[in-house]
Amino acid sequence: MAEKLLDAQDVSVEFKIAGEYQKALHKVNLSINHGEVLALVGESGSGKSTFAMSVMGLHNPDQTKVTGSIKLNGNELIGLTERQFDQYRGVSVGMIFQDPLSSLNPLMKIGDQIAEAMTVHDKHTQQVSNRVLGLLDDVGIVDAKRVAQQYPHALSGGMRQRVMIAIALANEPDLIIADEPTTALDVTIQAQILDLIKEIQQKKNAGILLITHDLGVVAEMADTVAVMYAGQIVEKAGVEELFNHPKHPYTRSLLRADPSDVKPGETLYAIPGTVPALKDMDHNKDLFLQRVPWLDESVVNANVKDELQQVGDHHYVRGTAWQNFEFNDVTEGENQV
Amino acid sequence: MSDLIRIENLKVYYPVRSGFFNRVTDNIKAVDDVSFSIKAGQTYGLVGESGSGKTTIGKSLVGLEDPTSGTILFDGEEATTIKQKKKLNYNKDVQMVFQDSQSSLNPRRSIGEIIAEPLKSFGVPNAIGAGAGDKRSFDQDDIDKRVLELLEIVGLPARTVTQYPFQFSGGQRQRIGVARALATNPRLIVADEPVSALDLSVQAQVLNFMKKIQRDFGISFLFISHDLGVVKYMTDNIAIMHNGRFVELGTTADIFDDPRHIYTKRLLSAIPSLDVSKRDANRAYRKRVEAEFAENQAAYYEQDGLRARAYDLKQITPTHSAALKKGEA
Repeated sequence: MAEKLLDAQDVSVEFKIAGEYQKALHKVNLSINHGEVLALVGESGSGKSTFAMSVMGLHNPDQTKVTGSIKLNGNELIGLTERQFDQYRGVSVGMIFQDPLSSLNPLMKIGDQIAEAMTVHDKHTQQVSNRVLGLLDDVGIVDAKRVAQQYPHALSGGMRQRVMIAIALANEPDLIIADEPTTALDVTIQAQILDLIKEIQQKKNAGILLITHDLGVVAEMADTVAVMYAGQIVEKAGVEELFNHPKHPYTRSLLRADPSDVKPGETLYAIPGTVPALKDMDHNKDLFLQRVPWLDESVVNANVKDELQQVGDHHYVRGTAWQNFEFNDVTEGENQV
Repeated sequence: MSDLIRIENLKVYYPVRSGFFNRVTDNIKAVDDVSFSIKAGQTYGLVGESGSGKTTIGKSLVGLEDPTSGTILFDGEEATTIKQKKKLNYNKDVQMVFQDSQSSLNPRRSIGEIIAEPLKSFGVPNAIGAGAGDKRSFDQDDIDKRVLELLEIVGLPARTVTQYPFQFSGGQRQRIGVARALATNPRLIVADEPVSALDLSVQAQVLNFMKKIQRDFGISFLFISHDLGVVKYMTDNIAIMHNGRFVELGTTADIFDDPRHIYTKRLLSAIPSLDVSKRDANRAYRKRVEAEFAENQAAYYEQDGLRARAYDLKQITPTHSAALKKGEA
C-alpha cells in the first residue's frame, strides 16, 4: 500500500487547567490518503479543532501535552520544535479557517498577503506577482489584478474566504485542513466555496481534513467520515455507508436531529444534556451513553475498549452498545435540560 | 382565519449624505416595497442572504426601526411608527428573540431579573398564553411567581433564577431568551436566526420548544433565517428576499415544490443534501442553475442604480406569487 499522507496513531492531547493536566483528546487514530477528503464531525467541545491544531503544531507547548504519533508523508510531527514545524505549516499543510476576516491582516493588500505565504526569498519579482494573480484566478476571482491591490475590508465574505483558500494553496500543499470553512457564509456562497474546494482538491490530488458540524456539508464533500464525541472517535466509515447504515448511537442521534429530512408535523430528536466538561470525561466508557436517558446504568457505565470494532467494509464503531440500541419514543427528548 | 399582522408596502430607506451641505444624495433601499401578512398561530418564514433586508423587516416590526413609508396593521390597528406602537402598548403583543443569546442577555443581571424586566414594564397577565385576558398586575409577588412559571415552561429548574447568563449553555440561554419574550403574553414573536449559533442537537431542542409553545399558546412567529432546512421544517408560509425585495412568496410547499423565480431556484439548489448517492447529480444541477442565473439575471431584474431590483410580484395561484420576468404570465 502506498504511504499515507497523514497517519495519526493514538493521539492524545491534555490541557493544563488550574495546574492539572486534563485530557481533551484520547487515543485518536485517523489517516488520510492522497486525494481523500476526510470529514471530522461532532458537536462543539468534541475535540475536532483540538485534533487539527495538533496536526498544525499550534498548541502551546507549556500548557499542552500531545502524545502519540502524527506522520505527514512519513515524517513524525509530534515533538518538533516551533522552527521545525515551520517547514510544514503553510508549506505541505495549508489551512482554511472559519472566519476569514480575523485571519487576514486588515492593513495589508490581498496580493501581498498571498505573496507573504509563499516560500520565496524575494517577494517582489514579476514571477511572484504572476503567481499571485494565478492563484486568485484559481479560486475563481474574476478581476484578480484589481483584487490583489485591495484590502480585506473591501471584499465580501465569500471573496475573503476565496482569498484564504488562495493563501492555503500558495505552496501547493499535500494536505489542506479546512476548519468549518463555510459556517459563516450564505448557502449560495457556501455551495460555491465547497465546489471550489472540491475542484482544487481533484486537480491537485490534495488530501483534505474537513472539520464541520454540518451533516449536509459532510454528505456533499467527504469520502470518509469520522464522528467524534468527547475527544474520541466513535464511528468511522465511508460516507455512503455512514449515512445509510449509521451504527453508533451518537451518529444516529445526530442524523435524527437534522431537520432537513423531517416532516413539519414530526418532532425532532433533541439530544438531551451537553458534552461533559474535560474533568468529567472518563475515556474508559462510552461517554455518549450518558445522554441516552432510557439506557440501563449497567450499559452506560460499562467499560469500553479504546479500539474501534470493525463492523463492515471500512466501517468501525466504538463499543458494543450500538448492537441493542433503539430510540425510545421521540418526544422523550423534548424539553430536556 | 384573520390576519394577526399585515404589512403593506413597507419601505425602509437609509439616507446617504454627501457633499458640502451634507445633503441627502441617495438612499440605500434596505427594504423596498414589501407586503405580507401573518395569520394567528402560524409561522411565517423570511429567507434571504445577508444584506437582503430580512432583519430590517424584523426590526421595524418590533419597533426598533421606523419605516420610511408603508403601514403595519396589527389586529386591524395601525402600528407603523414607534410612536403609534407605544400608544397601543404594542410590545406586550410583539416580542423578539435574537440570534446571539450571549450578547442579548445582560451579563450582570440574574436570570430572574432578566425575565422579570418585561413583566415590570407591561405587567403580569393573568394567565400565560396568547388567549389570556388583558388584566395585568404589577405586584412584585405576581412577578416572582410568573418568572418561576416561565422557567418551568422553558424547562429550566427554579434554582436557576439566581444564576447569571454565563452559567448556561448556548441552548439554555436561547431558551431564556424565549422565556423573556414569552413573559408578556405576546401574540407574535419575531425570531431572528434563533438557532444559527447552535449545535444540531441543541438546535433541535430549541426548534421543538418553539413548536410546542406555538401549539400550547397559539403564538405566531416571524422566523427569519438563511437555513432553508430549518425554514422548511418550521414554517407555514415563506417569503424569499433579495436586495430588499420579495422575489417569491407562497406556502412552504409552493416554494419548495414549485419554485418559479430564478433566485429561489438558486437558493434551493445550494442546499447540501444528506442523500450521498445524489451528490454528483446535485452538483451538476447546481452548476446548471448557477449558469442559468448568470445568464438570465438581467431578465428577472431591472437596473436601479447599481442594484438589481426585482419586478413586482405577480400572482400565480391564490397562495403563490413571484417576481416573474417581464412578459411572463
